Amino acid sequence: MRLISARLSAKRRSPFAGLVVLLLALLLTGGVYAVVSPASADSSPTAQSTMQQGRALFLVGCASCHGKNGEGIVTDRGTQYGPPLAGVGAAAVDFQVGTGRMPLARPGVQAPQKKVVYNQQEISQLAAYVASLGPGPAVPDKSAYDTSQASNADIVKGGQFFETNCTACHNFAASGGALPGGKYAPSLHGVSNKDIYEAMLTGPQQMPVFSDQVLKPSEKRDVIAYVKSIESAPKYGGSNLGSLGPVSEGLFAWIVGIGGCVAFAIWIASSTTRSKKGVKA
Amino acid sequence: MMSTVSSNGSKPAKTPRKNPVAGVATWADDRLGLASAAKKQVRKVFPDHWSFMLGEIALWSFVILLLTGTFLTLWFKPSMGEVVYNGSYDQLRGVSMSEAYESTLHLSFDVRGGLLMRQMHHWAAMLFVGAMFVHMMRVFMTGAFRKPREVNWMIGGLLLMLGILEGFAGYSLPDDLLSGTGLRIAQGLMQAIPVVGTYISFFAFGGEFPGDVIISRLYTVHILLIPGILLALIGAHMLLLVYQKHTQWPGPGRTNDNVVGYPMMPVYAAKAGGFFFIVFGVTALMGGLMSLNPVWRFGPYNPSQVTAGSQPDWYMGVAEGLLRIMPGWESHIFGFTISWNILVPGVIMPGVIYTVFFVYPFIEAWITGDKREHHLLQRPRNAPTRTAFLAGMMTLYGLLWLAGGNDIIAKQFHLNLNYITYFMRAAVFIGPVIAFLIARRWCIALQRADRDRLLHGYETGIIMRSPEGTYAEKHLPISTEQAFTLTSRDRDALVAPPSDADENGVANRKVKMMRLRSKLSSYWYGTTIQKPTRAELEEAHEHSAHELAKHEDGHQHLTSGEYNGDYALDGQAADGHQFDGRHAIEGDELRKH
Amino acid sequence: MSDSNNNPGHDVVGRGGHRPARDLATVGHGGDPIEDPGLHPHVPRPTDVDEAAEKRAERQVATLFGLSSVFAILFVVAYITLKIGDKPTLFLGYGASNVALGTTLGLALLCIGVGAIQWARKLMSDVEIVEARHPSASSETDRTEAVAALNQGITDSGIGRRPLIRNSLLGAMGTLALPLVVLLRDLGPLPEGDLSGTVWKKGMRVVNDVAGTPIKPEEVQIGQLINAEPAVFFEEENGKPKFEGSRLNQAKGKAAVIVVRMRPSDITPAKGRENWGVEGILCYSKICTHVGCPISLWEQQTHHLLCPCHQSTFDLANNGKVVFGPAARSLPQLPLMVDSEGYLVAQRDFDEPVGPSFWERGDR
Repeated sequence: MRLISARLSAKRRSPFAGLVVLLLALLLTGGVYAVVSPASADSSPTAQSTMQQGRALFLVGCASCHGKNGEGIVTDRGTQYGPPLAGVGAAAVDFQVGTGRMPLARPGVQAPQKKVVYNQQEISQLAAYVASLGPGPAVPDKSAYDTSQASNADIVKGGQFFETNCTACHNFAASGGALPGGKYAPSLHGVSNKDIYEAMLTGPQQMPVFSDQVLKPSEKRDVIAYVKSIESAPKYGGSNLGSLGPVSEGLFAWIVGIGGCVAFAIWIASSTTRSKKGVKA
Repeated sequence: MMSTVSSNGSKPAKTPRKNPVAGVATWADDRLGLASAAKKQVRKVFPDHWSFMLGEIALWSFVILLLTGTFLTLWFKPSMGEVVYNGSYDQLRGVSMSEAYESTLHLSFDVRGGLLMRQMHHWAAMLFVGAMFVHMMRVFMTGAFRKPREVNWMIGGLLLMLGILEGFAGYSLPDDLLSGTGLRIAQGLMQAIPVVGTYISFFAFGGEFPGDVIISRLYTVHILLIPGILLALIGAHMLLLVYQKHTQWPGPGRTNDNVVGYPMMPVYAAKAGGFFFIVFGVTALMGGLMSLNPVWRFGPYNPSQVTAGSQPDWYMGVAEGLLRIMPGWESHIFGFTISWNILVPGVIMPGVIYTVFFVYPFIEAWITGDKREHHLLQRPRNAPTRTAFLAGMMTLYGLLWLAGGNDIIAKQFHLNLNYITYFMRAAVFIGPVIAFLIARRWCIALQRADRDRLLHGYETGIIMRSPEGTYAEKHLPISTEQAFTLTSRDRDALVAPPSDADENGVANRKVKMMRLRSKLSSYWYGTTIQKPTRAELEEAHEHSAHELAKHEDGHQHLTSGEYNGDYALDGQAADGHQFDGRHAIEGDELRKH
Repeated sequence: MSDSNNNPGHDVVGRGGHRPARDLATVGHGGDPIEDPGLHPHVPRPTDVDEAAEKRAERQVATLFGLSSVFAILFVVAYITLKIGDKPTLFLGYGASNVALGTTLGLALLCIGVGAIQWARKLMSDVEIVEARHPSASSETDRTEAVAALNQGITDSGIGRRPLIRNSLLGAMGTLALPLVVLLRDLGPLPEGDLSGTVWKKGMRVVNDVAGTPIKPEEVQIGQLINAEPAVFFEEENGKPKFEGSRLNQAKGKAAVIVVRMRPSDITPAKGRENWGVEGILCYSKICTHVGCPISLWEQQTHHLLCPCHQSTFDLANNGKVVFGPAARSLPQLPLMVDSEGYLVAQRDFDEPVGPSFWERGDR
């Protein structure tokens, strides 16, 4: 058996082989680039590090309120336009941008949750950049908020923490509550474990911070386990009526209860059909 | 009684079977003499209208409360002793809690039907108070509280107050976070009472809040003291109703001296008994399908925990609203504190509103000088000032209710919590006044419409065009029954202004009070439209008779087939046939009113 | 006006038949514009005249009653078969037992009710009956006889002629009220002193609620809120907790605190309170001065603390002053310091009563 030598394989090459290889390479590179590169038209294709990419995204989407170096912008009147981001940490960015709260669509008393603008890679890049501005809480490891191994005792403990620290704003069923001046503590229904963890860790907007040294990561995980357990708990007594407490219960008592009984009363005392025939003999 | 026995019959003689019911009845009557009472009451007449059944909702709710409540007492432990939970609800296992809370969890999760009974009990309590309110409003609007029913009105007022207190005691029994917060607020209210506040608070709670006796004391109040008083008052309320007979709406055949309706046996018993089952059924459906007071989600009471959206049950919502909108006023005098921010909304305002309603029959009787007995109801429009007063009070009540839920409203509708409070502070003064003015004018306008119907008949919807080109709508007279119903009301008389001195020149010492009374009476009745006098009616009918009459020269304003001067159209609807002059109406299936 | 045709006590059917044409020129007597036309004549219902309709209605009512029994039996079936407790039977995410028991019971009751009502409406006689009213007042003779009997009784007792007996009896009844009232004295202790002090003492550590862990200043970040308690609540003596049960709740109701941290430049301490915080860490009572709810709605950027019960709002950067709502007094502040091991501790107890106002409080 003869080994195929380079001279032999060279003779088998078509004159167009090189051109085809070049075209294929171009297509491949272009295709891979189109797939993996960020969607933003402004991201620099030549940037190397995540942080630099994050900075680029920051300059486009965040600097108008937070300043070109995340130093914050104070208005002429002395009020805060966008707060300084040094020290907020990657976790804060992951939360705010990951839940769509940032970038803020318009100024107001509170940033509402809305459609997420950046994809996960962009968020990580932004987070890396903001983390570089000053030391702050890092994006938590998945194990920090993984509640799949939580025991019942953990859930019970988490419930105790929840009742002490969280229900005052978010209500007993995590349905949310009102804050002064048009602000609110949102409902936690359907919120991911990671978002809950990061919110506790970073204290978004008016929410207080629950640092890891005071409310330990395991305790935070227990709180999340409790929230998830009451969210998925069966509705033992029937419809929850919004889990808002006595206000909605009273509303239903009046509408269904009094309304229903009065409707029956109207029926009971209403006149019945009359016959056109005479009285039977 | 004895059947005739045929001596020639083929069958042997048989003694007739004694009717077993007759046997029992005779035995009872021999000892209790019930027949004299029974003969009057068994066929007692009750008038039939849906608005008379609102008090029944309350009555049947009370029965349901007694039944479901007794069930709950078989498991509930009214103790604040600490235990560690070891039942079925996972999220609280191992947590320390009072026995009261633990037994409530046990009822909810480990007793079949326990949660259903708990929820039915609580829904029935809400229905009880709600029905009393609606019933009270109906009685108020129709003037059924007037002589001779003032005492019954006051009994009803007591029932309402006791019902509210009973509900508060009841939902505080499970010692959960939400109701414990409510108890804390009640304690703060007690403590703020001048001079004796701290003593009342310490005596009620056996020391500092929360102590370890309040739940068992509330239990005694809730299952023994208040139900006992409620039963007695309900008995008195019913007794008065039976003795004085129910009021009735005016209508043909109904006067102030009779009562028209159906007899107790069998119709009213069937309708009232059936309604009991319906109210019971509605309560059971609510208890099965709608979750209420889910104490396991609140957790046991802990004085350093609280939930957003802490409100009492709806019937305390007015006090809650008052507490929220009141500004933080407090006075310090000679080293003592007077907490106006708590006393006004917690004690003074509710006390004033309640007292005004409690003695209202006497206030109105004094203003109007009306000392007659009334058994015919007034349509709300025929008492414009009274109805408007109720409209104002309902507006005040509703606004305070909303104020009590201001944080829920702020969250659900994305409003500013503080602005809601500011708005309410103004609205509770302005709103009732506006409602009063609007309701009064509305009633008077409705009275005018009634008067027009009496004098000019009803609008037929038939528009006639005269040869000159003018359009006019034809009216037909209303039936005699309708006219009688509309005029079956008292003619209002103003209280005459007093003279400064009587005929001998002795000065009238009460002249200021009497002048005030006269002024109030003229404000009360001043703009009410009275029913037309006989003369006015005659004049109006002559005018309309003219419309239908055939004149000497043969012209007729209104043609109507067979019309020949008598009111064959009395009670008939006009559907156009009679007016086009081209259709015969005999054999026509004219619709009746 | 009364209609003289009605006889009391008898079932009287309204005047039936054809009503003569009304000549409105001659209207009713007695001053009323319209004379009472009498009851509307009874018009029969289909069930009154039609055998088939009547039988149908009867079947309807009987079916309803029968359905009720079916539902009642279904209730029993549901009671036995549907589980509660550790592994409750679920139905579409709902507790099947409660839903099934409530629905079957409700329908069973409703069917009886609706059946009874249908029976009354369709089949029972619906001819209206008139009953005369009697005046509410007793007759004159009854009144005079009652008064005479009363007077006779009073005269016989001689109480009118014997003021000594009357007055001493009234005195006895009056003083009997004393035992009744005095018996209630031991309902509770008297309130002296108990309202001012809490368990906080100099050097007592401020610890996390639930966890019981002490707090170091460097662990607290700006914007943080810690729901805290005095360390004594988590300490034991001879194997038993020092505070438990209702004693713990009683003490918690006054001693619960919150610890917040803000930038020191944001704080404007009152005179004498300059050293009550530690590097911007402040400690306030958690119990609202309005009516005592625990507060922990902390807005870290505005430094406002909102009570969820009646929305009293306190500015913690400004000595707990009330900025909104029905509270009248500012939130009491607990002075903090750091102990030898670096943990946050109280300097001393609160210097004013914690919680709602009361009469004897004065203006402290």
